[in-house]
Amino acid sequence: MQVFFTLTRRELATYFVSLTGYVIIAAATLLVGTSFVVLLRNMGNESSPMPITEIFYLTPFFWIILLLATPVITMRLFALEKYSGTYETLMTTPVSDVQVVSAKFTAAWLFYLVMWLPMLACLYVVQHYARQSGALEPGTVGGMYLGIALVGALFLSLGCLASALTSSQMVAAMVSLTLGVGLFTLAFLPERLETGTHWQAQVLASFALFRQLHDFARGVVDTRSVVFFLSLTFFFLFLTLRAVESRRWK
Amino acid sequence: MDNDPMIEVVKLTKRYAGHTALADISFTVGRGEIVGLLGDNGAGKSTTMRILSGFLPATSGTARIAGRDVFYDSREVRRRIGFMPENNPLHTEMRVREYLKFRARLKGLSWARSRARVDTVLAQCSLTEVSQRIIGQLSKGYRQRVGLADALVHEPELIILDEPTIGLDPHQIRSVRQLIKSLAGSHTVLISTHILSEAEMMCNRMMIMLGGRILAADTPDNLQNLMAGRGQVIAEIAAPVTELNASLAALANVETFDVSPAEGDFHRCAMTPRTGCDVRPEIFSLTRERGWALRELTRSRNSLEDIYMQVTKPKEEEEG
Repeated sequence: MQVFFTLTRRELATYFVSLTGYVIIAAATLLVGTSFVVLLRNMGNESSPMPITEIFYLTPFFWIILLLATPVITMRLFALEKYSGTYETLMTTPVSDVQVVSAKFTAAWLFYLVMWLPMLACLYVVQHYARQSGALEPGTVGGMYLGIALVGALFLSLGCLASALTSSQMVAAMVSLTLGVGLFTLAFLPERLETGTHWQAQVLASFALFRQLHDFARGVVDTRSVVFFLSLTFFFLFLTLRAVESRRWK
Repeated sequence: MDNDPMIEVVKLTKRYAGHTALADISFTVGRGEIVGLLGDNGAGKSTTMRILSGFLPATSGTARIAGRDVFYDSREVRRRIGFMPENNPLHTEMRVREYLKFRARLKGLSWARSRARVDTVLAQCSLTEVSQRIIGQLSKGYRQRVGLADALVHEPELIILDEPTIGLDPHQIRSVRQLIKSLAGSHTVLISTHILSEAEMMCNRMMIMLGGRILAADTPDNLQNLMAGRGQVIAEIAAPVTELNASLAALANVETFDVSPAEGDFHRCAMTPRTGCDVRPEIFSLTRERGWALRELTRSRNSLEDIYMQVTKPKEEEEG
């Protein structure tokens, strides 16, 4: 446990001692802010029965932040250490591969959660000036953040895998972006299939990320979605672990 | 387990796709020894060290550290070694003390103990005055010492240093060497280098590697004595040339000699003695008997460079 906490702390600290962390947070905050401006413009024209959190999920802004920020957060995790050689000093200390993978993932995930905090301020502004009482309702906000945390964990685990496979940060970012966009577009495939009753369509439908997040945004926590996100996250972390171990049998 | 040798390598082979980095090497290193791995770039020094530190697996053969297999008991082995890889990679964005503290915690030291040990190694490596500086802004000499401090921080039984003095200026080299020498006895140290004089200065024993093989392994003195038979004896004597030639020819232990005129009455005699003989006392008594003046009498020892060149040369010709 000591090793896990020591490593997590260092990994988390690297986001904040360099400019990278602040740039990511600033960019995400800018996009969140812009999306809220756009939302409020639209809401000025017509009223909507949906809470603002739900509308936000339906905008492309949320997905742009998610798809772009996660590869940037995860790309350096393993790739940079391999490139600079510190991977060798890390792996020759008495740490286990599980500790390394879990600590790096946890640090990335915590940073990702911090990145979403400024959105609370946007919600507060909406609640305060638009008299949208649902904006900061504990249930909806909790559900929304749970959804953000879960979908983020999935995308970050993809990024971990990509970073563990290469020693180039650029390649890691491109691979995880490709995997992430691929996973995201799977959701649009069922609509292209003729009937919705085929088993293929049903399987693909369960990958419809934004439909699942839609529930979270309304404050509805569906166990199936939670299990779906958690199991996929663990699956990709397991693959990351294998990639890290491969050094021993390659 | 304390009776086991510190390092025991048996028939270790490492093949990368396409070429063999280590070919069937075996050696042992006892506790408290400082051993130098010597060889050109690509001789297999770094590969040996990476396998010993558990970073790379061997293709075949076994390596044991303090009686534990480096592959099957990797974490126990890693607990016992301090490893400084080639080029000394560090987290350049961290401060010196912060980095050493992080490394100490990573190596399983308790909070209080890591604090005490970091203070100790900071003093030991003369880093106390830069302990709050950012590693990326330090000179190479300081960085190298940070790497050394990291290797020492958990008091490992075995310290493995891959080219610890590369790229340093002469003053820094001297201080790093002194530091390594001070570790003798309490720690076992394995150093790789391609600088011969360095190995000669620091190590109790040297292993010369080439093309993934160990060509010679012995103490620096023994390696020199091995070749000493070929060393020449130089004498400068003031005497008539003909008499000098005749008396040198009469000496049974002098195999060949060459007399050339030096300034004044002196002649410079270069003699090759019979293997294992020291002809210097005979030369001295000869000059005393004849009443000749003698102003120099030395044995030119084969330098380690010569030995190294001799040992590695035939192999290179084979390959060429």
